[in-house]
Amino acid sequence: MGEKEVRQGTLALMVLKTLESMGTLHGYGIARRIEQTSGDLLSVNYGTLYPALLKLEQEGYIASEWGVSENNRRAKYYRLTRAGKRQVERETRDWQETTAILARFLASEESR
Amino acid sequence: MNFRVILARLGGLFDRDRRDSELQAELESHVQMHIDDYVRSGLAPEEARRRALHKLGGVEKVTEAYREQRGLPFLETLAQDVRFAFRGMRKNLGFTSIALLTLALGIGANTALFSVVNGVLLNPLPYPESGRLTMVYSSTKTFEHSSVSYPNFLDWQRQNNSFSTMAAFRDHNWNLTGQSEAERLHGYMVSSSFFPTLGVAPLLGRNISADEDRVGGAPVLMIGYGLWQRKFGGSPDVLGRRMILNGEAYTIVGVVPANFRLYSSDNVQIYVPIGQWNDSTFRNRRVGMGTRVVARLKPGVTLDQARADMDSVARSLATLYPESNAGSGVSISTLKNDMVEDIGPTLLVLLAAVGFVLLIACTNVANLLLARSTGRSREFAVRSAMGASQSRLVRQLLTESTLLGLIGGGVGLLLAAEGTKPLLAAVPHALPRAAEIGVDGRVLLFTLGMSVAAGMLFGLVNALKVWRTNLQETLKEGGRGSSGTRQRAQNVFVVVEMAVALVLLVGSGLMIRSLVILLGVNPGFDTHNVLKFNVTMPPNLGTDPAHIRAALRQLHDAVRNTPGVQAASLEGDTLPMDGDSELPFWLDGQPKPATDSEMNWGLFYLAEPDYRKALGIPLLRGRFFTDADTERSVPVVVIDEFLANKFFPNGDALGKRLNLGLFETQPEIVGIVGHVKHWGLDTDSKSKIQAQLYVPVAQVPDQFMPLVRQGMGMVLRSDVEPMSLLPAIRHSVSQLSKEQVVYGSSTLEQVVSDSLADRRFAMVLLGAFAGLALLLSSIGIYGVISYLVGQRVQEIGTRMALGAQRRDVLQLVLGRGMALAAIGVVVGAVLAFALTRQMRSMIYGVSAADPITFLAVSLLLMLVAVAACYVPARRAMRVDPMMALRYE
Repeated sequence: MGEKEVRQGTLALMVLKTLESMGTLHGYGIARRIEQTSGDLLSVNYGTLYPALLKLEQEGYIASEWGVSENNRRAKYYRLTRAGKRQVERETRDWQETTAILARFLASEESR
Repeated sequence: MNFRVILARLGGLFDRDRRDSELQAELESHVQMHIDDYVRSGLAPEEARRRALHKLGGVEKVTEAYREQRGLPFLETLAQDVRFAFRGMRKNLGFTSIALLTLALGIGANTALFSVVNGVLLNPLPYPESGRLTMVYSSTKTFEHSSVSYPNFLDWQRQNNSFSTMAAFRDHNWNLTGQSEAERLHGYMVSSSFFPTLGVAPLLGRNISADEDRVGGAPVLMIGYGLWQRKFGGSPDVLGRRMILNGEAYTIVGVVPANFRLYSSDNVQIYVPIGQWNDSTFRNRRVGMGTRVVARLKPGVTLDQARADMDSVARSLATLYPESNAGSGVSISTLKNDMVEDIGPTLLVLLAAVGFVLLIACTNVANLLLARSTGRSREFAVRSAMGASQSRLVRQLLTESTLLGLIGGGVGLLLAAEGTKPLLAAVPHALPRAAEIGVDGRVLLFTLGMSVAAGMLFGLVNALKVWRTNLQETLKEGGRGSSGTRQRAQNVFVVVEMAVALVLLVGSGLMIRSLVILLGVNPGFDTHNVLKFNVTMPPNLGTDPAHIRAALRQLHDAVRNTPGVQAASLEGDTLPMDGDSELPFWLDGQPKPATDSEMNWGLFYLAEPDYRKALGIPLLRGRFFTDADTERSVPVVVIDEFLANKFFPNGDALGKRLNLGLFETQPEIVGIVGHVKHWGLDTDSKSKIQAQLYVPVAQVPDQFMPLVRQGMGMVLRSDVEPMSLLPAIRHSVSQLSKEQVVYGSSTLEQVVSDSLADRRFAMVLLGAFAGLALLLSSIGIYGVISYLVGQRVQEIGTRMALGAQRRDVLQLVLGRGMALAAIGVVVGAVLAFALTRQMRSMIYGVSAADPITFLAVSLLLMLVAVAACYVPARRAMRVDPMMALRYE
């Protein structure tokens, strides 16, 4: 259970961060962008991507509307809302703190 | 989950098809874009498609996960359960309708009674900030709540520091003439502060002003909505019109709103300034004249502070006016308490009783559900084998029973909403604030709570059983279920039902016994064929005592000579159980007590020579009045046996004199009559004033004659049904003067019956609840014994095959039913013994543990139980041994 949640948590932040830097984007675009940014180390599981998008929308951090892609395909476009921008900052700060703390832990383990 | 998400998810429950297809479209475009990318990077379209789909994973899986995120799984299972429960109900119409009917009756009765309790006891009175309204009474050692003399009221009003406003009002009757037929109008005399104190603004026009609330003020009045509609067609130009009351012209200055009501003042039609009344008796500090005082506490002042304040006012008045005020205090209660405190305990007992009925109803339904769940244990076993958790099954059972409770409650609410008004109309005078009773938000909430609680209650019993049952075992058993637990539960149910039914039966039995005893109580007079009514005097009569006496004699003769009248007498509107008037007195040869509170007080009656005959009061010694007792002859008085025994224990009352206070006369005692139960059949012996004295109408002192002119009562004994004489009497009176009105007619039988109205109300309701309880519990025991017979068909068949007689079978089945009923009766008797003590104030003449009542209702309950068991027992007797054995 716990493991899944962490993954979902990270995914949500990645989605938000992606939308922050790219502006409006459809689900496929978000997935690709995350994979690219990760240096293809990550492979986005679509079974979790779309529920995560829905959850973020329900929470009011992103909004969606149908549009047409550069290749003339109909697609649902997501964009960050104002609450979403605040959420990105908050989450980013949280993550930085968490990773900093973890890094210190790991460092102290090594130096022993 | 925050609120926004819940809302979004709630939204997700609807319009599923559109949302599903939207997701499909999104996933499709996703795949397409993926394919496009692969193709662009040089893959063949076929290969691109294959890879894209592979990467996406199962579309179904994505859809499922998405759906879960979209809605509220909790609500969706609930919806599923509800749908399933509805299907189950439809499939089992017999069960469903019996269960629903039982619940509807139980919850309906509770809702109806709660709406009464809510309207009468709980709701605030319909005035702004009604919590600050209080009634302020004079209190003496004989009367805790006694009316307030007008001079005292004026002093209270001036000297108190606790009330923002204080108002006086009293009932009064006027003769309305000059508009079509002469008519008697009932109204209030009110001080100018009356409506402002209550916070009621006139619908039209203005209030009576302070200037008009004094002797010599302009004659004005306000009229009630009903009179406005009836006499003036609701026309707005009624203001400034005149009405002739008692021969004087009054100008209408205001109309009172339609829903205005104080006490049971439905018949109050006009409001006349009290301060204009210049009658010497009314202005006498020693006489209350039925004047009541309502006052509004200043904000923040408590009842206790007001009491302390008024006590000091009363003390200073007692010093100033010792004769009238010494020993007299002030008693204050909230207006609401004053209106409803008498009926409160009765209503709460009834509410408890009706709660018991619901308990029985729930038990019955639980029993039915239990029977059904045993049949369904295979279904549950299969479902659990297929992966349903036990908590899931329990949740479903609770959903089903709650749904039953809610539907039953809905039907019950309809029953109550439609049935309460006719029921209340059937018992008039029994309840204060009856017009305010209805279904409001609180009643709805109560019913909802009741329904859910009832559903949960009987559902839980059932669910607990499923929880405990080992479902695997059930499957092995072939789905017959473990009948042991079930039977134990059923037995408990029957015992509970019988016990509770017995409690209710004992309660209503005690009420019925009380009423029967009360109806057998000798009131001290003969109510059969006695008519009472009131007559207004002609408005132009004037105040000359001689004229008034002559008019009274004429009135008497006119009525007396009406065919069918055996005996008739004027009276002072103080018949037994219908009005009262007290007079202070002291014995001859004793010093006159310095203050009224040290006087002896007696109920006093104005009477003519035929009064005793009209009411059938027995003469014990001496004589009653004769035509020779006139205003010019020696003053005489007749006393009752209570006064005679108390003040003349040596039996030498005749020939002695009494000093009558107020009247300032010393009449000679010429006769002793039987005591009359003036204060009601039940409460008379407990009241503080029981001495009674009779004074001839002809010898009323001159100064009181103007008061007599305000209207007299008459009482007569007839040869025929008394009400049938009324037209002839109206005719006789109208021969005297077109402007004299006969009103307030009633038979004395009705008067006595009305005096028991609230008892009858409680008895009828308790009886109805007990009957319902009896019916429901007999259905309950019938069901259990039927089931028992059904389960034991083979055993019975075997026994019969082995030579058991039908009688033995009957004994077997009936014995089982009787054993259960008997345990129930014993438990119920103990319970009733503990509970009926709470009814002590409602019963009369029997002990709360009356053995006759206990025995009789126990017997009744056993008989009903036998009857209920007999039907299935007969079925058992007819069991064909061969059939039963073959069945095995």
